[in-house]
Amino acid sequence: MSADTLATAKPAVELEGITKRFPGVVANHDIRITVEPGTVHAIVGENGAGKSTLMKILYGMQKPDEGTIKVNGTEVAFRTPSDAIAVGIGMVHQHFMLADNLTVLENIVLGAEPKKGGMLDTATARKRITELAESHGLRVDPDKLVEDLGVGDRQRVEILKVLYRGARILILDEPTAVLVPQEVEELFQNLRELKAEGLTVIFISHKLDEVLDIADAITVIRRGTTVASLARNEVTSARQLAELMVGSELPTPETRESTVTDRVALQVAHLTMEADGYRPVPKGTSVETYVEKLRADGKRLLLDDVSFEIHEGEILGIAGVEGNGQSELIEAIMGIRAAHGGIALGEQDISTWSTLKRRESGIGYIPEDRHRQGLLLEASLWENRVLGHQTRKPARNGIWVDRRAAKADTERIVKDYDVRTPGVDTLALALSGGNQQKLIVGREMSGAPKFLIAAHPTRGVDVGAQAAIWDHLRNARAAGLAVLLISADLDELIGLSDTIQVIYRGRLVAALDPSDITPERLGGYMTGAIAGTEET
Amino acid sequence: MPAGLNRALLTVAGAVIAIVLAIAISSVAITAAGASPLHAFAAFFDFGASERAQSNAIATFLNRAVPLFIAGLAVAVGFRMNLFNIGVEGQYRLAAICAAYVGSTFSAPAPIQITVIIVVAALVGGLYALIPAVMKVTRGVNEVISTIMLNYIAINLSSFLVRGPFAGQRAEGQLTTTTPELPDSAMFPNLNFVFDWFGLLPPTRGGGVWGFLLVAIALGIVIWVVLERTRFGFNVKASGLNGPAALASGVDPKKMIIAAMMLSGGIAGLIGLPEILGDKGAFNSNFTAGLGFLGIAVALLGRNKPVGIAVAALLFAFLDRAQGALQIANVPPSVITIIQGVTVLLVVVANEVTNRLALRLEERRAAQELGTNKVEVAA
Repeated sequence: MSADTLATAKPAVELEGITKRFPGVVANHDIRITVEPGTVHAIVGENGAGKSTLMKILYGMQKPDEGTIKVNGTEVAFRTPSDAIAVGIGMVHQHFMLADNLTVLENIVLGAEPKKGGMLDTATARKRITELAESHGLRVDPDKLVEDLGVGDRQRVEILKVLYRGARILILDEPTAVLVPQEVEELFQNLRELKAEGLTVIFISHKLDEVLDIADAITVIRRGTTVASLARNEVTSARQLAELMVGSELPTPETRESTVTDRVALQVAHLTMEADGYRPVPKGTSVETYVEKLRADGKRLLLDDVSFEIHEGEILGIAGVEGNGQSELIEAIMGIRAAHGGIALGEQDISTWSTLKRRESGIGYIPEDRHRQGLLLEASLWENRVLGHQTRKPARNGIWVDRRAAKADTERIVKDYDVRTPGVDTLALALSGGNQQKLIVGREMSGAPKFLIAAHPTRGVDVGAQAAIWDHLRNARAAGLAVLLISADLDELIGLSDTIQVIYRGRLVAALDPSDITPERLGGYMTGAIAGTEET
Repeated sequence: MPAGLNRALLTVAGAVIAIVLAIAISSVAITAAGASPLHAFAAFFDFGASERAQSNAIATFLNRAVPLFIAGLAVAVGFRMNLFNIGVEGQYRLAAICAAYVGSTFSAPAPIQITVIIVVAALVGGLYALIPAVMKVTRGVNEVISTIMLNYIAINLSSFLVRGPFAGQRAEGQLTTTTPELPDSAMFPNLNFVFDWFGLLPPTRGGGVWGFLLVAIALGIVIWVVLERTRFGFNVKASGLNGPAALASGVDPKKMIIAAMMLSGGIAGLIGLPEILGDKGAFNSNFTAGLGFLGIAVALLGRNKPVGIAVAALLFAFLDRAQGALQIANVPPSVITIIQGVTVLLVVVANEVTNRLALRLEERRAAQELGTNKVEVAA
């Protein structure tokens, strides 16, 4: 492409062969994206596909190991986000970065204040903000406190903040994740106006219906690399995109005997969780009518009437794009977050029990983030063995922690679960991720649990450890354990589960049989491309 | 256990370097103040000319260390789970005056009398610490703010009590107000007989070496056992190292906050007792202040571990004792505060550095022993 002939049509952003490695993983590999100016360009992909890393590279928060970035035809190398801002790139983060106790105006100018004699020049700032707001149709009251604003307004403030700094290329990271449908429509209206003004928008999402609604061009990322770049008119359906996102080859589950029994181990009924904090159901109203009212009020629900049963010897897999209620479901079952609805373990209603009592009665928990919820990194392995078993044998001896028994039992886990460690006194942080995870799996399988929550049990784990963990789960299932498996790894879900339920926006939208599952159907349900109708 | 030994050695090495650096920096400060560092340091080791003076100096030193040690323990219990009980100051003052008053209202055989006084002090301290704990648990009030505010209330409340409801008979010509005198049975026997063993003269000033030293040592051992060996201690440790993991493991954070705060406050309640039971026999308006705040520094210096806190308390007491000696040597005694401040700062930095170093070494050692490196993923 010669610069002189195509002076007006230079791509706004051009990424060539971007590769980014982190210790042990490749986050991005040979990414190629061309974004035309004055368009809305969507980048879609599952969580963990590498979208966030890519955006951090484009916004100067991380440096690529290989590849080039061109902005408006000029090659750039960003060291910090201010370099990116300098060439007109602005980022609207998924989680708003606003100071609640300042006004809209103060938030917008924060860090780029117009000054007059050392004082904030409010008049100039107000004039510019009003101009920007009017020309782009972004209605906000500059004198309101941000804490009094709704989510949609806050997002507009974020966009204005970026425009105020002179951005011509806007990156929006999952902007609709926090919005209700009406607000999404409003946002899209704003984006269309920005586009009409000649601005370029890069829109990151995994909600395909929204992408199809707003985007002019779509790039699909899977497993860290770009798998397709399409113009909007080349895309015929959300299913087509879903298939590209998930990949067209799904593993076939191994043929194996079903160990599912007819004894229900865990029953969850009408579990519902509000987004803005738990409030007890008012006296005299039933849970159903209360939830009905929440829905009528347009409240965002993190969990919306979730019901299922898991039998002894059954693995129930939950498929879904992250952030659709999986974490909330787990924490509700563990008693970490309060929710409405019933949870029963065997015959017993446990919905009012504490986390401790739930654990004691036989719930094991492999958390999704082992460093956050699973381990005491700066404590020894045997102390980590005690964690979650403080009140049970062998760790407990009256008011004491039985160190000898705990150490002996840790030795057992180290041996049986092949945890590679110099000894049980080693600190947990000295182990590799796979070995840490094997220790957690071993711990949670201790004490004969009746029901196990396994959230991403093999995330960030090497292949050998993964196979071992899968074997342990299969064996436990054969021995009658009920397992709730939550995973973003479809191989894992299809390979292990007896039944798969798909969760989308806090609802279970489909129950699928892993032995006859097609990628477009799974992907369609996961991304909301197929509307939720129960099937069996 | 070589891993643990390594970590301990590193810690000690870090502390030694920090103290040497602190001495160097303090020397500069002393020189700037127009005095000679050599004279100043000589003064720290100058325990007096006569034998009696030396015994008295040793007694002053130990008597200062005891309340500092208890204060350090009280603060450390909270620190262990990232709970900043800045209210130790108020807790101990209120506890001291209540215990002194209650102790003066009856007379019983010594063991009972003293036990009742100790229990009252611990209860008052614990209950006063319960207020910020409840505020934190029910309303999310930051305990740093609430305990600081409660300090002011406690300090003024105790000045009011010592003047009003709890005031005792003021002797003719006496300027300080005081609570009623404790009966003789409340006075803790001193440890002056230890001096006889070494052929030294027993100290005469300030009631000799306070017997409460033994209670403090016992308390230190009990706290160590509770923190290191019991389930409660494990929960404290887990909550401090990783709150979300503790929560997921079934530890109730609210109960833990209440329990840890009350334990911290209960210990804080005992801080004033060595002085009351060993020397003064009452709480008066001249009562030693500031021990609660010093306890924070002592706990930091001692890395929240009973043994470390004991060493830190001895170090602080050693420096504090030199007040008089420094004045005699023509060195401004505020040098002590400078040395203490610099030491705490440097030791905290050294702790952080050695801690990271130890963790990194541990990682490397584990990798070496396994003979494997982390799996490289081909690009």
